Amino acid sequence: MVATTSHQAPGSHAVRRQPSPRPKPSLGRRLKQLNWIGGGFSWIWLLVVMLPLYWIVITSFKTQDSYFISNPLAPPTSLTFENYKTVLEQHFVQYFLNSVIVTVGAIVPAVTISFMAAFAIVRGAGSRVLKTINGVFLMGLAIPLQAVIIPVYLMVIKLQLYDTLLAIILPSIAFAIPLSVLVLSNFIRDVPKELFESMRMDGATEWGTMWRLAFPLTRPALVTVTIYNALGIWNGFLLPLILTQNPDRRTMPLALVNFQGQFGVNFPAIAASVTLTTIPLVLLYAIGRRQLLSGLTAGFGK
Amino acid sequence: MTTLAPPAVRVPETSRTTGGRGGSVTWMALPAFLMFFAFGIIPLVGVLFLSFTTFDIIGTVVPSGLTSWKAALTDPGLMNSLWVTFLIMALSWLFQTPVSILLGVFLAARFRYRGFLAVFFFIPLMISAAAISITFKALLDPSFGLGNGLHIDALNQDWLGKSNLAIGVLIFIVSWQWIPFHTLIYQGAVRQIPTSMYEASQIDGAGRLRQFFSITLPQLKYTIITSSTLMVVGSLTFFDLIYVLTGGGPGDATNALALQMYRLGFQSNLMGPASAIAVILVLVGLSLSLLLRRLGGRADESQLEGA
Repeated sequence: MVATTSHQAPGSHAVRRQPSPRPKPSLGRRLKQLNWIGGGFSWIWLLVVMLPLYWIVITSFKTQDSYFISNPLAPPTSLTFENYKTVLEQHFVQYFLNSVIVTVGAIVPAVTISFMAAFAIVRGAGSRVLKTINGVFLMGLAIPLQAVIIPVYLMVIKLQLYDTLLAIILPSIAFAIPLSVLVLSNFIRDVPKELFESMRMDGATEWGTMWRLAFPLTRPALVTVTIYNALGIWNGFLLPLILTQNPDRRTMPLALVNFQGQFGVNFPAIAASVTLTTIPLVLLYAIGRRQLLSGLTAGFGK
Repeated sequence: MTTLAPPAVRVPETSRTTGGRGGSVTWMALPAFLMFFAFGIIPLVGVLFLSFTTFDIIGTVVPSGLTSWKAALTDPGLMNSLWVTFLIMALSWLFQTPVSILLGVFLAARFRYRGFLAVFFFIPLMISAAAISITFKALLDPSFGLGNGLHIDALNQDWLGKSNLAIGVLIFIVSWQWIPFHTLIYQGAVRQIPTSMYEASQIDGAGRLRQFFSITLPQLKYTIITSSTLMVVGSLTFFDLIYVLTGGGPGDATNALALQMYRLGFQSNLMGPASAIAVILVLVGLSLSLLLRRLGGRADESQLEGA
């Protein structure tokens, strides 16, 4: 999903706080006329996008009996929360916590060390070591997680981490690094040199400059990188599938697949489990839509 | 970007800095580098090594020369997965690209409902492939799904039980999730096209359709390459979606490369041949992105990174 395809190289405009200055009205009108076909199409595609989402939400509030006799697209005649109760009784809270632990446990170190590396790469430009390190990260953008999962599995076994949440966290950190460094270093590069210079005049160390100057100035990019990686790790499926076994270690996507097997044709319960696992992300989306979307495309379309 | 230069192992120990005080910050890059080296570079080199060994899920590795490669390459399953992967790649590209361009061009314009549309448009990007697969699986269920409930016979097919239909469903779901993403890319690119080009062409009397084909499309060339690279290279790694939706079936009809690797290694316990497939996966991905980059004719490495 997201994590597998959008390792893109962002430019300095990685974070667009506003959807960029509006095109001039003449272009706007032009494009609008140009695209009435596109307009109709957009609405159709919106319908296509919304239909499954709508269906899953209304179904989650139906009883199993009423689901089989009612029109699947009609809203439920009487709301029931029975399905949510069923899902919550299946250790849902445990799985939720696992996902939180994995995501936070991977994101915080990943973004921190990526930021440090990005700072070093920008400030130490000219150093051959740093140039090489940067080159390795760039190459790393092209390594798909799927391709290295077998050695990662072996390593996890040798480290005696199999079936722990840490086993999921460590590779997640590693695979978050290349893109994060790229986005962050592009952003830090835009900080005026004079600011660094004046910090040095004031006797600040590089370490102090990093946290007191670069860190606050890079905040938009840090948020972008955090959200982008959080999405990928939260929705991650392959690592938990391969590196854990114990049901107590399941993260949400894995738990979901298990619910599906367990509930069989109890579609309302399946719908409730899908809804519950998706709610945190939709909330995140509602809060930080702009940051999120700019994070997803981080700098393309130029 | 993805040149297969040997990973940076033979770095001189002493950091020579030509400008400024690079040495004093070098150590700050080390935590990230070591982490990525350990769980990114070592496994990448490791998978190549492992493809020349035989071992099982317990993990006793025995070097065995070309045995695993022979087993992987003579397995008819490999040809099938390559074909399935290619099919998914080509068909999903053919469907997603025109739709994304059309929607992107449209959403770039000022338009009253655009904000409203945009809010809902991108929700699929937030949802895990597992959740999406489960939803569509339920929705398309021949006995209890949408078709049966609405009594529309055309919708009431054994969607995931027939090879062609299953591939079609897969491509539809991929598009459902990713068209918004590519639309976003095109939308940004269209906004960058200078207004003056349209004005000039208008003076020359070009119609809207003409403008679309003579200005918009050529101006989007690099974006099309970027977006296509992402689609093509990304489709090599579809795993969760297929795993949950069809498990590779019916038969082997949707058994794409990444899934074939998983089945061989973690289900049939043939880790050596599975590693060989992983190597093929990396090579195919690299050559495809290099090919597309060549096609684009621009050395802008940052635009063509696919993963």
